[in-house]
This record gives sequence, structure tokens and C-alpha cells, in this order.
Amino acid sequence: MKIEIDVNNTVHEVVIEPNTLLVTVLRENLHLTGAHVGCDTSQCGACTVHLDGRAVKSCAVLAVQVADAKVVTIEGIGEVDNLHPMQTAFREHHALQCGFCTPGMIMQAIDLVTHEDNLDREKIRQGLEGNLCRCTGYHNIVSAIESVVDKT
Amino acid sequence: MYSFDYHKPTALDQALDLFKGADDPIFLAGGMTLIPTMKQRLAAPTDVIDLSGLDVLKGIALSEAGLSIGALTTHNEVATHPLIKLHLPVLAQLAATIGDNQVRNRGTIGGSIANSDPAADYPAALIGLGGTVVTQSRSIAGDDFFLDLFETALHPCELITRIEFPLPDRAAYAKFRNQASGYAVVGALVADFQGKIRVGITGAGPCACRAIGIENELMKDLSVDVLDHVEVPDAGFNSDIHASAEYRAHLVKVLTKRALTQLLSQKNAS
Ligand SMILES: Cc1cc2nc3c(=O)[nH]c(=O)nc-3n(C[C@H](O)[C@H](O)[C@H](O)COP(=O)(O)OP(=O)(O)OC[C@H]3O[C@@H](n4cnc5c(N)ncnc54)[C@H](O)[C@@H]3O)c2cc1C
Ligand code: FES
Ligand code: FES
Repeated sequence: MKIEIDVNNTVHEVVIEPNTLLVTVLRENLHLTGAHVGCDTSQCGACTVHLDGRAVKSCAVLAVQVADAKVVTIEGIGEVDNLHPMQTAFREHHALQCGFCTPGMIMQAIDLVTHEDNLDREKIRQGLEGNLCRCTGYHNIVSAIESVVDKT
Repeated sequence: MYSFDYHKPTALDQALDLFKGADDPIFLAGGMTLIPTMKQRLAAPTDVIDLSGLDVLKGIALSEAGLSIGALTTHNEVATHPLIKLHLPVLAQLAATIGDNQVRNRGTIGGSIANSDPAADYPAALIGLGGTVVTQSRSIAGDDFFLDLFETALHPCELITRIEFPLPDRAAYAKFRNQASGYAVVGALVADFQGKIRVGITGAGPCACRAIGIENELMKDLSVDVLDHVEVPDAGFNSDIHASAEYRAHLVKVLTKRALTQLLSQKNAS
């Protein structure tokens, strides 16, 4: 079937089967490979993108479900010479090692600071429940997000 | 995932007609259970009927009888909605413990209750608060709704439209969280309706149930100590890699105590 999907403020027309996941369309049809697939159980959060402004796991959403929605991926929040403040914070705080979890972490972190009040380190950790990182031990990720909270 | 036809009806009748006309249809709400299940090929419907376009399944309203919550209300909407936080804070708190933020942004109260996962959180609230499940054709008392593992009183073509909750004077939920998924190994919701105590338990058996023995003891003496003398038999409880039946029986008592301690620390609203 043919659907229109709005990703990073551009409407794309794609021809897909109904059983195609959103993450597959992003990666394979639109070549936006920032959203990663890290698990088969909807638990790792590496595929996190924004759907109408809220963080969702794009491996657990069908592409046909988002035909009327706005999708934003890691590619849509900043540019190499004009990073999103959360991206800058991750870089400054050395909040990544291999980087596999990072796009999902950043998209979830933005949802967190946008929708939660009074964030402290403990609440930030809780807010990252749906994002797994195998490298960093989370400490610097929490510091990066905390620094963005402190600036806003 | 096996292939299927996708439909997105905009009216209830249309959804029901699509369901009746298909070989092996299934309704799709937030998809946070259904899509992972289909990915694992544990479900292979011929037709997926997306409910998200049905306005009759949306909205939150307060009436004399209590709060009415549309089936499509997401866990995060329940956790943050001002009416729910004000009149039924226990439900907002419960919803905030479900899974993770991404799951709470998609998953719905109707989907969770229709699914009757033995470890899901909302079933403890439906039972503990004595809520009612409303479908397109009837109202089903929460006490009669959960039948078994993933089995409810819903007929095949029956849709939950909303869930109604009466408002207790005070209530509290305590949960022993599975660290990986967030699901309840056991969860207990205790509610006080002018001295009438209800206790809803999830996670222990094949589906959520009332703890009538505990309720009766608490109605004689609403104190935490009373629970020391209550026997919780583990017959019929689940035993899996997360916990044995015996340990789950122990948790029923511990979590009921924790919920009760919280409840007793609240100001009585009446
Ligand atoms: C990583 C992860 C962690 C999770 N952790 C928890 C947790 O801690 N606690 C917890 O309780 N849950 C947890 N869940 C499950 C989550 O809450 C689901 O959202 C919920 O169980 C199903 O709701 P849904 O809207 O996503 O339903 P769907 O997945 O869309 O549907 C589930 C089932 O319900 C049926 N259905 C849906 N809506 C209706 C309706 N209105 N009428 C009739 N039938 C309907 C569908 O046909 C399907 O069979 C978790 C899920 C994931 C992926
Ligand atoms: S790939 Fe989506 S949660 Fe792991
Ligand atoms: S930086 Fe490697 S998984 Fe997080």
C-alpha cells in the first residue's frame, strides 16, 4: 500500500506492506539510519523517535499507524555544525562510547526534559528505564541530561 | 511478522463490521503488547483493525458515579491527567509505574485490561477499586471480568469503550517490579470505601483477583498488624523464573502491607 509519512518536516510517499515497522521504513526506505534496532523484545530503546512530540519505540509501531502523525528522528533535531543542546551535552559529558544507544537515549532524554518537572539524578535514571546502554554505565548520560535541565 | 490487511475505521459500527467480515481479525490499540507478539509470530491475524480513529473510545469524564476513562487513554495520559490526579491519584500513580516512558506514551488502559496479562498493573485497579468495563453492548463488573490467563469475559467481537471507576475515600497501590520489564511480579491495590475494604491482587495467579480473606480481616480491624495472622495459600499461584508460587504468596502479604501502610498515612477524604 502507498502511504504518506511526515518525517523531520518532510512528507515522504512510500509503498510498503502493512506489516512493515516504522523503524524499517525509516532505515530502509528513507535511509535515516540513526534509529537503531537493538533488540527483538521492545526493551532496549535504541529505536526511539518522536511521534507527535512524544518518545516512542519505532520497532513497536507499524508504519501505517503514523500516516497522520509527525515523526522526528535524531537526524531531525540538529545539524553537525548546529547541534541540539542535548547532543552538545552528550558530547561535552562524554555520555557515549560505542554510540549505539545514543540516538535513542537523546530522543528519550528530550522527551524527559520537555515533559517532567523537578528532574534530579534519580528521576533521570528512572526516566531512562526504557533505554539500555551496554557501555557507559549510565553515569555520564545522567550528567549530560542533568546539565541540560540545569540550563533550562 | 506475518502479513495482514490493515484497516483504520472511523466509526464504531464500521469497526465491528470489519471485524465480522474478516477471517481472523484482531483489534489494535497502543500495540505495545500486540505488535511485539506479532513480531514473535505468536499472533498471526489476517486483519488488524486499528482503533485509534474511534472517538467514542477517547476522553476522560467525572460524574456522580466516579471517573470514566476512554479505552484509548494512554498510560501517560492517566498518569498526568489533572482530573485523575485529583480524584483518583492511586490510578495515576499506578499508571506511572507501567513499563517505561516510551511504552506509556503508546499503551492504553483498554488494551491492558482486554489483554489480562497475569502481571499487568491495571487489572489490580479494576478489581481493587471495583470498577466496571463498558463495551459497545453492556457493562461488565470488574469482579466478573478476568477469567484466566489472557482470558476475559469479552466476546470475540466485543470492544471495550471505557472503564468506570468509583472513587474511594483513600487507596494505595504497591508493586514488586520485575527489573527488566517493569511488570508486577505481584501488585496489591487496597481501597477504602467508607470502611468497606477492597483488595485487588495482580501477578500472583493466572489473572487478577480479589483477596477476600484479607478484605474480611481488614474490615474487622484496619491495621497492618492484622495481616501477620492472615494465611495466604499459594495454591494456583504462578511459578516461573521470576518467583515461585510460595514466594508470590509471601509477596501478596508484604505488598498488601505496604499498600495499607501508605493508605493509612493518607488523610481520610470522607
Ligand atoms: C517493554 C514493555 C514493558 C511493559 N511493562 C508493563 C508493565 O510494567 N505493566 C503493565 O501492566 N504492562 C506493561 N506492558 C504492556 C503495556 O502496558 C501494553 O500497553 C498493554 O498491555 C496493552 O495495551 P495496548 O494499548 O498497547 O494494546 P494492544 O497491544 O494494541 O492490544 C492488546 C490486546 O488487547 C486487545 N484490545 C486492545 N484494545 C481493546 C479494546 N478497546 N477492546 C477490546 N480489545 C482490545 C487487542 O486486540 C489485543 O489482543 C509493557 C509492554 C512493553 C512492550
Ligand atoms: S529495537 Fe526498539 S526497543 Fe529495542
Ligand atoms: S554507548 Fe554503547 S551502548 Fe550506550
